[in-house]
Amino acid sequence: MSARALIDEALSKVLYVDLTRKTFWVKSRPELFARYLGGTGVATQLLKEELNPEVDPLSPENVVVLAVGVFTGVYPTASKVVAMFKSPLTGNLGESHAGGRAPVAMRMAGFGAIVIKGGSESPVYLSIHDGRVEFKDASALWGVRSSLTIGKVLREREPWPGLRSIMRIGRAGEMLVRYASVILETYRHFGRLGLGAVWGAKKLKAIVVGGKRDIPVADISGYRKVYKELFDEITKSPAMQKYHDLGTPVNVLPLNKIGGLPTRNLTSNVFEGAEEVSGEAFAEYSLARRVACAHCPVACIHIAVIRERYPHEKYFYTTRYIGYDYEPIYALGTMLGIKDREGLLRLIEEVDVVGLDAMSTGVALAWTTEAFKKGLISEKDTIVRPEWGDWKTYIEMVKYLVTQPNNFYKTLAMGVKKASEVYGGTEFALVFGGNEMPGYHTGPGAHIGYLIGLRHSHLDNAGYSIDQKYVGKEYPQPRKLIDELVEEEAWRQVLSSLVVCFFSRGVYKPSTVSKALEPLGLKMSEEELRKLGTEIYKEKLKLKLRLGYRLEDLKPPKRVFETPSPFGNISEDYVREALNYYKEKILNLLST
Amino acid sequence: MSTVPETKLKRLVVVDPDLCVGCMSCMFACSRRYADAGLGYTAIHVRSVGGVERGFSVIVCRACKDPSCAKVCPTKALLLRRGGGVILNPNLCIGCGNCRNACPFGAVQWNVYLNKPVICTYCGYCVDFCPYGVLALEEVDSG
Repeated sequence: MSARALIDEALSKVLYVDLTRKTFWVKSRPELFARYLGGTGVATQLLKEELNPEVDPLSPENVVVLAVGVFTGVYPTASKVVAMFKSPLTGNLGESHAGGRAPVAMRMAGFGAIVIKGGSESPVYLSIHDGRVEFKDASALWGVRSSLTIGKVLREREPWPGLRSIMRIGRAGEMLVRYASVILETYRHFGRLGLGAVWGAKKLKAIVVGGKRDIPVADISGYRKVYKELFDEITKSPAMQKYHDLGTPVNVLPLNKIGGLPTRNLTSNVFEGAEEVSGEAFAEYSLARRVACAHCPVACIHIAVIRERYPHEKYFYTTRYIGYDYEPIYALGTMLGIKDREGLLRLIEEVDVVGLDAMSTGVALAWTTEAFKKGLISEKDTIVRPEWGDWKTYIEMVKYLVTQPNNFYKTLAMGVKKASEVYGGTEFALVFGGNEMPGYHTGPGAHIGYLIGLRHSHLDNAGYSIDQKYVGKEYPQPRKLIDELVEEEAWRQVLSSLVVCFFSRGVYKPSTVSKALEPLGLKMSEEELRKLGTEIYKEKLKLKLRLGYRLEDLKPPKRVFETPSPFGNISEDYVREALNYYKEKILNLLST
Repeated sequence: MSTVPETKLKRLVVVDPDLCVGCMSCMFACSRRYADAGLGYTAIHVRSVGGVERGFSVIVCRACKDPSCAKVCPTKALLLRRGGGVILNPNLCIGCGNCRNACPFGAVQWNVYLNKPVICTYCGYCVDFCPYGVLALEEVDSG
């Protein structure tokens, strides 16, 4: 299968870092990159090689892999880096994707992947440039209140401005909150599945990586031609225009309209304050600037301004900025019944400051509010009185999640699954495969998609998008739905190996990817690409099973069936049938 | 310093850096036109002005009429272009880096492979790859 050869040898360089011994080494793995193209495909293999499946995810023995792919630094919207690790939230495979400057910076630094092993005794940060790794003491950075300050400090100290990434954890990562994030640049994240806590356990505060180099191609004029076609298609496509104009919050109103917007811990599928927290309203009243990830002309990142007057001094204001997206608006807004836009921005800001995943945090606070109202927990546990819409109290609770002053917050910091097992309320604990729910209650596709997605993310197989496609039409039978979801997820393994942003999936069709690989000296037919996608999907599934993934545990929370979706109440029989078929399908796939 | 005749009397201008989203498409275009993928040969540099929320500095060669870079070149490898700016004669360049250090805008980028400066040729290829109208080609008078 692997007669392919890489023109750019530097991509195949894997940087291994041992935090325990403070050493690093580089191995060239051309066969791995030629076969799997990079990203998810390569990271799966590297993690398989390096990770002992039995290890405690919060021990130094956990392994983190970061990987970019053949399109990184080569084609537009190849703007993601893939992280893979053992998740402290689910105890299973962790995979998270982030943008910012990191993918281009990593490739410009001359590495296709970075493997981080071991743990440091005292806090360190890594400075990776010019072919080497510097281990720098981060003791003084440990405990700094804001992750944004860490960015500011390292910006002044490290080389390659404009061509580097500053990835760091906040206090939540240091305090091992199981859904702590890693923050990149300003307002991009490895949000999901707790990479921040893994870094915290390793006493790894930050990684700064950067550089500048040339990436040779096989056919320069062919490359220029394909690049131009891709660039034109991306910048002119309506989908991309939509993300440039309002950003991902463009989804708030349409989801609300069809009745798919999870509200107040999914006790409702519509939010009466949707207008106030819509992409349109944020753009009108709060938008300060739109920015892009490196090498993405779309610029979907929307940054809002927070202008606050100091109470003690007349005419003295603080002006701060914070990124906003659909998911934080859902998790920290509609799920908590917050329609005060300014309040919501402050809550999003606090979550970024401490370095938490916005989605898991919002779902955790929503579950807590409902459990509190139902009397499963009391003020003795929560310290404050959670109430829908009360963003000030939620900010206090975010701080408690980090400081963990009592058993309740210690438990909540382990995730909603754990908290509901201890305190009750599993039926309204919105957790899928151990991961807190993304922002779509669009129908069976969304929820089954979260369950069977190998990282339990809405982006695994886009069930929410399949649902929306069928609104007002006849919904597919369970088997057809599963087939669609698995096919989509298999294809996305190719996209996340190249690595391109899923927002541009409409542009990077199999035929286009095949064409774009050619000037890079990589000949792959559409069929070969699809086969590769299935192979990576299988490899990832096997790794998940080795880490203890149990198909028989797949069950959506009861709440999902109680609140109507755009297709009415979701049928338990439908979901059961779909999952049974899925198990059958997967076992068949594994035996081939 | 000698003057070389030049027919394309244009220069690259930054219309408004506040329109810049920091996508680096111009930098990739510049490098691609000259050589390959990646950023090894770009004559443009875009960086945030201290966090992307505050916007970007878009650093391009301004095609100075009286350029600092040429004045400090010990081998006269940078020839004055009619209408402003310079043209690099790579055969004379010894890679001393004086030009890079002298440009107050930091607009002389460095080609680490050749150990020579990357000098903008005002070709305008980058302009076609800026979707937000940050960059433009402007005619200059030939004086």
